Amino acid sequence: MTDITGPPATGVVVAQPGRSGELTPWRLLLRRPTFLAGAAILLFWVVCAIFGGAIAPHDPLAQQLLATNIRPSAAHWFGTDQLGRDVFSRVIAGARDILVISLLATTIGTVLGTAIGLVMGYLGGVADILIGRLVEAVLALPLVIVAFLFVVALGASPLVITVVVGFVFTPIIARTVRSAVLVEAQLDYLSSARLLGEKSPYIMFTEILPNVVPTILVEFTVRLGYAIFTVAVLSFLGFGVQQPTPDWGGDIAANYVTLGAGYWWQTLFPALAIASLVIAINLVTDSVEQVLAS
Amino acid sequence: MATYLAKRIGLALVTLWIISLIVFFAGQVLPGDPGRAILGNLAAESSVRALDHQLGVDRPLLTQYWTWLTGLLHGNFGMSTQFRLPVEPFLRAALVNSLKLAVLAFVIVVPLGILGGVLAALSYGHMTDRVISVTGLSFATVPEFVSGIVVIVIFAVGLKLLPVSAAAGPGASPLSQLQHLILPAIPLILILFGYIARMARAGTIEALNSDYARTATLKGLKRSVVIRRHVLRNALLPTITVIATQTGYLIGGLVVVETLFNYQGIGNLIYKAAGTKDFPMLEAGVLLIGVVYLVATLIADVLSTLLNPRLRLGNSG
Repeated sequence: MTDITGPPATGVVVAQPGRSGELTPWRLLLRRPTFLAGAAILLFWVVCAIFGGAIAPHDPLAQQLLATNIRPSAAHWFGTDQLGRDVFSRVIAGARDILVISLLATTIGTVLGTAIGLVMGYLGGVADILIGRLVEAVLALPLVIVAFLFVVALGASPLVITVVVGFVFTPIIARTVRSAVLVEAQLDYLSSARLLGEKSPYIMFTEILPNVVPTILVEFTVRLGYAIFTVAVLSFLGFGVQQPTPDWGGDIAANYVTLGAGYWWQTLFPALAIASLVIAINLVTDSVEQVLAS
Repeated sequence: MATYLAKRIGLALVTLWIISLIVFFAGQVLPGDPGRAILGNLAAESSVRALDHQLGVDRPLLTQYWTWLTGLLHGNFGMSTQFRLPVEPFLRAALVNSLKLAVLAFVIVVPLGILGGVLAALSYGHMTDRVISVTGLSFATVPEFVSGIVVIVIFAVGLKLLPVSAAAGPGASPLSQLQHLILPAIPLILILFGYIARMARAGTIEALNSDYARTATLKGLKRSVVIRRHVLRNALLPTITVIATQTGYLIGGLVVVETLFNYQGIGNLIYKAAGTKDFPMLEAGVLLIGVVYLVATLIADVLSTLLNPRLRLGNSG
């Protein structure tokens, strides 16, 4: 925080008001080492997710039954698993599903949550109270358990996980949007709009929505981190992407029984992949929040 | 105070009721035909219908919900379909095991988290602050099974210091039990550390910038006295509330940690019930988690009211 408000920068802005555009949020972000580190890791995994099997040195699905449980070596950087599949290739290809599912789930939650939050905050009344209680109840149960309950009832598949995580996020995002809308609702431009005789949907989506976009953006990145967390956990518990499709959580679940036998590379590398992805998202989120707050 | 307490308990009961609706909906309505699920695809339609009738799932939903709810209120949590035994003894044994693990994690993480948060606040904006805040929050976002794998690889596989499994044999000494619980506690500690440290940091920063802290400094008190007597006492209040709300999360984390370390706690029980479609066990377990969470937040609310004179003597009570 202190590094961006140093005397030289403010001096320039004060002396030449015309150049104040230099300190756009984007430029502030690019000055933060934590943001750059997070964005670089994130970019790496996005590239892996897009190209997947094309850049992996081996076929992630190819089993070599004569080369099972091989330690990390020059031929197999991260070793091979119980079926002789190349762990490095599976880690690279495994980036795709977790990123796609988490992004889709967060988008579902953000779109629905924003719509509900706008209605709750602007119209208030019975809808506000009812949804408020529902949010409270959902929050009283750990996120993973709620998701878990519905995934068990509906069956395990990537689609079910996406929808369930999206729905679980909806009330949480709705609550954040609602409080942002409540702040906006007291401002003059809204009374003016009402006096002009604008209809409620127009006011909500055209007047208020653009003003709460920063809040929604921050909430989206925060939720994306949680989505990856939840999706990884559900995959590990066996409710996500099913084997043999490469998937970090699923691969850990399939191989962690061999930890006792000392085959640590089969689980450690997918685990580090998940850790690097969530930490990267967290670094980006933290920087965005700090820049918007300053 | 009494009115406040009554209102607070009332709200908790409403929340609990909504949770029961969610659980009932997910557990009884969504799975479709329980008789078909138990007997399989090849069973005759007549025997499926007979079993449905025996289980009572062919009655109207409201009747089913009412029977289920009144049963719960009478302490009847239902019969486990996998063990064909009442659910309650299983829940009780699992809850005791989970409590052991949770208490161990809490005993370690609460002082550590508060210490980390206060240290960060005292060096606000400097390197120490950034390091503690960023590492704390990073750890808080890493799923438990991921950090669990890393600590297993380091301490159990690499250094061979601690056992991989959390379950000590039957009749194991408390010391041996503790030894088995250390590794599973670490993932929980890592996640909780970030949240507790963040709250302690925010509370301390606010107290440091307050008028009373400035007054204490201006009247010539030493910095250590100001911090100990004026800042910390006020800073730690909100932290208590956060610690209590984290119990809910903690139980979610237990599902994963207990599965990874094969520990017979409530999380593992729910997970296994889910795997065998044992819905009575699953529902009772999830509901129990909701109750534990609501009781914990209630205690935290009451505690922070009692500790804070402004709330205690305010017009609210």
